[in-house]
Amino acid sequence: MKVISITSFLIFSIFGLSLCKGADKPQNSITIAGSTAMQPLVQEAAKVYMTKNAGTTINVQGGGSGTGLTQVASGSIDIGNSDLFAEEKLKDQAKGLKDYKICAVGFGIVVNPKVTVTDLSKEQIVGIFTGKVTNWKDVGGNDMPIVVINRPKSSGTRATFQKKALEGASEVEGKSLTEDSSGAVKKIIETTDGSIGYLSSGYLNEAANTSGLKVIKFNGIEMNKENIANGSYIIASYEHMYTKGEPNKLSKAFIDFMLSEDVKPIIQKLGYIPIAEMKVDLR
Amino acid sequence: MNHQKIKFGQEFKNEYFGRYITYLCGGIIILLTAAILFFLTVKGSSLFLSDKYSISSFLFSSNWNPELEESKGGPQFGTLIFIVGSTLASIGAVLFSAPVAISLAIFIVVISPKLGTRLLQPAMELFVGIPSVVYGWIGITLLVPIIKSFSSLGFSLLSGMIVLSIMILPTITSIAIDSIKNVPKEHLEASYGLGATRFQTILHIILPTSFTGILTGIILGLARAFGEALAVQMVIGNSIKFPKGPLDTTTTITSILTMDMANTVFGTPWNNAMWSLALLLLILSFSFILLIRYIGSKKQL
Repeated sequence: MKVISITSFLIFSIFGLSLCKGADKPQNSITIAGSTAMQPLVQEAAKVYMTKNAGTTINVQGGGSGTGLTQVASGSIDIGNSDLFAEEKLKDQAKGLKDYKICAVGFGIVVNPKVTVTDLSKEQIVGIFTGKVTNWKDVGGNDMPIVVINRPKSSGTRATFQKKALEGASEVEGKSLTEDSSGAVKKIIETTDGSIGYLSSGYLNEAANTSGLKVIKFNGIEMNKENIANGSYIIASYEHMYTKGEPNKLSKAFIDFMLSEDVKPIIQKLGYIPIAEMKVDLR
Repeated sequence: MNHQKIKFGQEFKNEYFGRYITYLCGGIIILLTAAILFFLTVKGSSLFLSDKYSISSFLFSSNWNPELEESKGGPQFGTLIFIVGSTLASIGAVLFSAPVAISLAIFIVVISPKLGTRLLQPAMELFVGIPSVVYGWIGITLLVPIIKSFSSLGFSLLSGMIVLSIMILPTITSIAIDSIKNVPKEHLEASYGLGATRFQTILHIILPTSFTGILTGIILGLARAFGEALAVQMVIGNSIKFPKGPLDTTTTITSILTMDMANTVFGTPWNNAMWSLALLLLILSFSFILLIRYIGSKKQL
């Protein structure tokens, strides 16, 4: 009997779920999905928003920038989070999507602490990531083979790094390790001698996060808030929220909230730069 | 009248209710399987049907370049590297795992049933419950540094093989145990009666008799190794190239799937190629199951 009741419960819940999807969404609930890099920020902001506006529900999911953009373009979610401009990912499908830039994010070039180099020029970075330079002694460091840690080809972080730091030069595949999350990149750089990779400022925001890592300068410029805001540190991009056409009431209210003074401290705490503080256009 | 009503009510409760629930569940399972098959086939074939990418270059080319512009030869989706990587990792895992699993099974059933059933079997069952991310994490923190001490990186095909071999050990062992238990007692007694030692009995009676069962276990282990994603992905290095040796890095079908699936845009050739890879995995695991069925049917004859 117990088994039967459990089974029937399961069956009904499956039907129930499928019914839910078909029904009209109530006005006081929106779903946001996409970029995993943005997820912690949006989640925290949504929590604050929901306590301030009782009765509203904001579902925040991950899934990756590609998923977020596809789903918002097809209308299955209300807001899609993305690390990249929609046009770069979706090409033609991006028409009709409305772009809201929420904050800016910098990408630091990170090496294992045993590497003695503290500054790399753009040419040197290109050489390393295209596989032409394979030992640290060729770029003024100690004699140690270079191990490149990359993100997957579809990653927004990799796309930004390739566009801004490598000027579009494509990395030689097969010479580098690939890790599917920034957390894994961090862990491997900590433990692998001679390794180099890139991490978003969201992963380099606190002293505890940078222990065991060394963030180096790019073209002599340090990655910090001021340098990203005034445009001198160029490896940076926006974090976007996209809606399909004009946003509905709650989506609009939440995006306004994301850009308001209330969320600013959260943005800064998580290592991003509020859009209002940006002095240059990153594109 | 009243009496009959109660009877009908009871009968409904005892007979039909349960029966229909069972039918319903069975139906749902069949529907689910068919739906998954249908969906994967449709999505997985669109790379070849609507994007006109040739199946032979998908399967036999090692040129994986999904971002290449149209003018430079268009995106390339040769998946040979992934297929070879998955195959090598799985076969390596089975080579490590099968001898240990078979010895364990023999120890548990023949040599020391007491210690075996009290200690080793529960320990094996415990292995099954460990989530794969834990295997991967242990792989990164324990195995990779050990391998690093004699090679340059630590992340390697060998690490993937070892992690996988531990993961499939319980599968092969438990099936080997079952098939060794099924060896008729008369055969063993006859063997001992002829003056054979225990080792001779194991080698000449038990192993040949339970061979098909053990083979089934090995293929199931192989299938599991093929489908495992997370743990391998964490230790194999994921560099898109053929490995030069067991200490070199490479990648697998499941690794590329977990890394790129969520970030590619639905409907693009790149995303379709991901679905084709998923379909390929499904076809492979189906063929493993068919192989097991075939071996199983031979066994009965």
